[in-house]
Amino acid sequence: MSSKRNILERIRANKPGPRPLPALPPDPLAGAQEQWEATFRAVLAASKTTFITTADLPSYVRGFEDKTIVSTVAGVPGNLDPHSIADPLQLAGVELAVLHARIGVAENGAMWVSESEAVHRVLPFITQHLILVVKRDDLVGTMHEAYRAIDIQETGFGVFIAGPSKTADIEQSLVIGAHGPRSLLVCLD
Amino acid sequence: MTHAERAADFLLDEARTDWHDESLWQVRGKRDTIVHAIPEWEALRQLGSDIKDNVLSNLDTYLEQFERQATANGVTVHWAKDAAEHNRIVHSILARHRVNRIVKSKSMLTEECHLNQYLKQQGIEVIDTDLGERIIQLRKEPPSHIVMPAIHLKKEEIGQLFYEQLGTDEGASDPQYLTEAARQHLREKFLAAKAAITGVNFAVAETGGIVVCTNEGNADMGVHLAPVQIHCMGIEKVIPQAEHLGVFTRLLGRSATGQPITIYTSHHHRPKEGGEMHVVIVDNGRTEQLGREEFRNSLKCIRCGACMNTCPIYRRSGGHSYDHTIPGPIGSILSPGIDLKKHGDLAFASTLCGSCSDVCPVKIDIHDQLYKWRQMVSEEGLLPKTKTIPLAGAGTVLSHNGLYNIMGKAARVALSHAPRVLVYNGMNPWGKTRELPEVPKESFKEWYARTHKSKF
Repeated sequence: MSSKRNILERIRANKPGPRPLPALPPDPLAGAQEQWEATFRAVLAASKTTFITTADLPSYVRGFEDKTIVSTVAGVPGNLDPHSIADPLQLAGVELAVLHARIGVAENGAMWVSESEAVHRVLPFITQHLILVVKRDDLVGTMHEAYRAIDIQETGFGVFIAGPSKTADIEQSLVIGAHGPRSLLVCLD
Repeated sequence: MTHAERAADFLLDEARTDWHDESLWQVRGKRDTIVHAIPEWEALRQLGSDIKDNVLSNLDTYLEQFERQATANGVTVHWAKDAAEHNRIVHSILARHRVNRIVKSKSMLTEECHLNQYLKQQGIEVIDTDLGERIIQLRKEPPSHIVMPAIHLKKEEIGQLFYEQLGTDEGASDPQYLTEAARQHLREKFLAAKAAITGVNFAVAETGGIVVCTNEGNADMGVHLAPVQIHCMGIEKVIPQAEHLGVFTRLLGRSATGQPITIYTSHHHRPKEGGEMHVVIVDNGRTEQLGREEFRNSLKCIRCGACMNTCPIYRRSGGHSYDHTIPGPIGSILSPGIDLKKHGDLAFASTLCGSCSDVCPVKIDIHDQLYKWRQMVSEEGLLPKTKTIPLAGAGTVLSHNGLYNIMGKAARVALSHAPRVLVYNGMNPWGKTRELPEVPKESFKEWYARTHKSKF
């Protein structure tokens, strides 16, 4: 007997009787829409994320111009076109990536970046610094609403990002920049 | 060796025990703060629990649906009935691609299957990439916690380890500096890896995708750079639909470390261009646990570790004292089902205070199950004599009123006069680290009869 059949048969023999799938509640923060931006900002600030205005973005990015910049955001020029690259290993030297995020979640600061925004799946991770541009109109209250707003299988890969890469594996001391970006800047457009 | 004996070793260093205890209690505190900010937290736990109940009662059909969808997405799905088959499957994928070095992110399942040791025997080097996991891998130790694998180590010990093995400055122990050294060391490994392995937090039946949660971004660095990606999951990781991720991602980070969500919540549905994506679905005793009505709830666990952080025994005995892949309260109800004789004593590594059940995000009745495992241990005749003999004696005394009165009186006299060695010896493990309370002159019964005579 194949292991698949073996496992499925054992499950059928051993599983409990039917239990209903509960209906999910509406977004608990749906009524507090005017507070979403403040909550979003506060939560991200607590996870060491900073904010930048649309007006300041181009000059900030210019500060990196002697290093490798990838940008897919209009009006923010980069110096490496991610579409010209076949092998993601060629992104190893990227200093700054500027990408769109599809939505932002007020309760936890998570922002959805799919393969269409990232171009290369590894880009938001391998870059030394990351800037995400998210529209104010694309904020939602909680993760319940977030999963209603996106289609997780629209592309082959998608990620919620809620801060710069971090670890606390040495004596619970927070260190920013474990393997991924050393900083995350968010531009609310 | 029993848990109590290993815990005794851990407790020899009192200052270190206190430090360990406080580190974990701090995480528990962070969890409380963030949980209390969610007014609907209890309803959310109930939802998590109910969804998992539904999963267990439809596990076969959800897994079949997952496989169908994943296959349609271009993912190769494998089924392994036990650890040995899981290891063989992973090895065969790597062998086909002639891979001799892989990067791996945290996976308790691969720990459970001893994948690293197996692959090493086959000549494949495994690099654990989570910082905590890399630390304990370099120390050749198992993890002591499922979320914070190196929580038992001091920064000075890690500094010494990195000095010896990664060439950092001697005596340096600043976490920022050590993390930077690990970042540089592991970035080389990521860039060179031809295959990457991760665990799975959730598998979505509806979409055929898997979700991996990390803070460091190590799973993504591995998976997106290596042409071959392998995700290993226990059968219980499947959930029905994408919208249910809303419930579990809200529960997981808050319960685990007091964060509103992990920094990265990655959804993998299709292999990258020119790449391969494999999912290995593993039983390894889980279907057996599913058949144990009183214990099947343990399969609802989402591996947040909250029960460990809150447990007064875990905090004061350390993860290694459990001698099992998953330590702490949840490990103590999972492991007896695998080997009752070896792990049965873990059912006693608890005060049954119930704190584990209170913090569990999917409402597993952990402390009730611990109590039930104790009964199983007793029924199977596996209790040690230090427990059976006193318990048999106590049973006789407690079921005979007259005998109870006589023994009570005798004990009061004996305990006040007997030499210490008669009271505090091997037959009284309770007295090893504790003093018995002062013996009263009379029993409560005698006192009541004397002072309430008129009311009789």
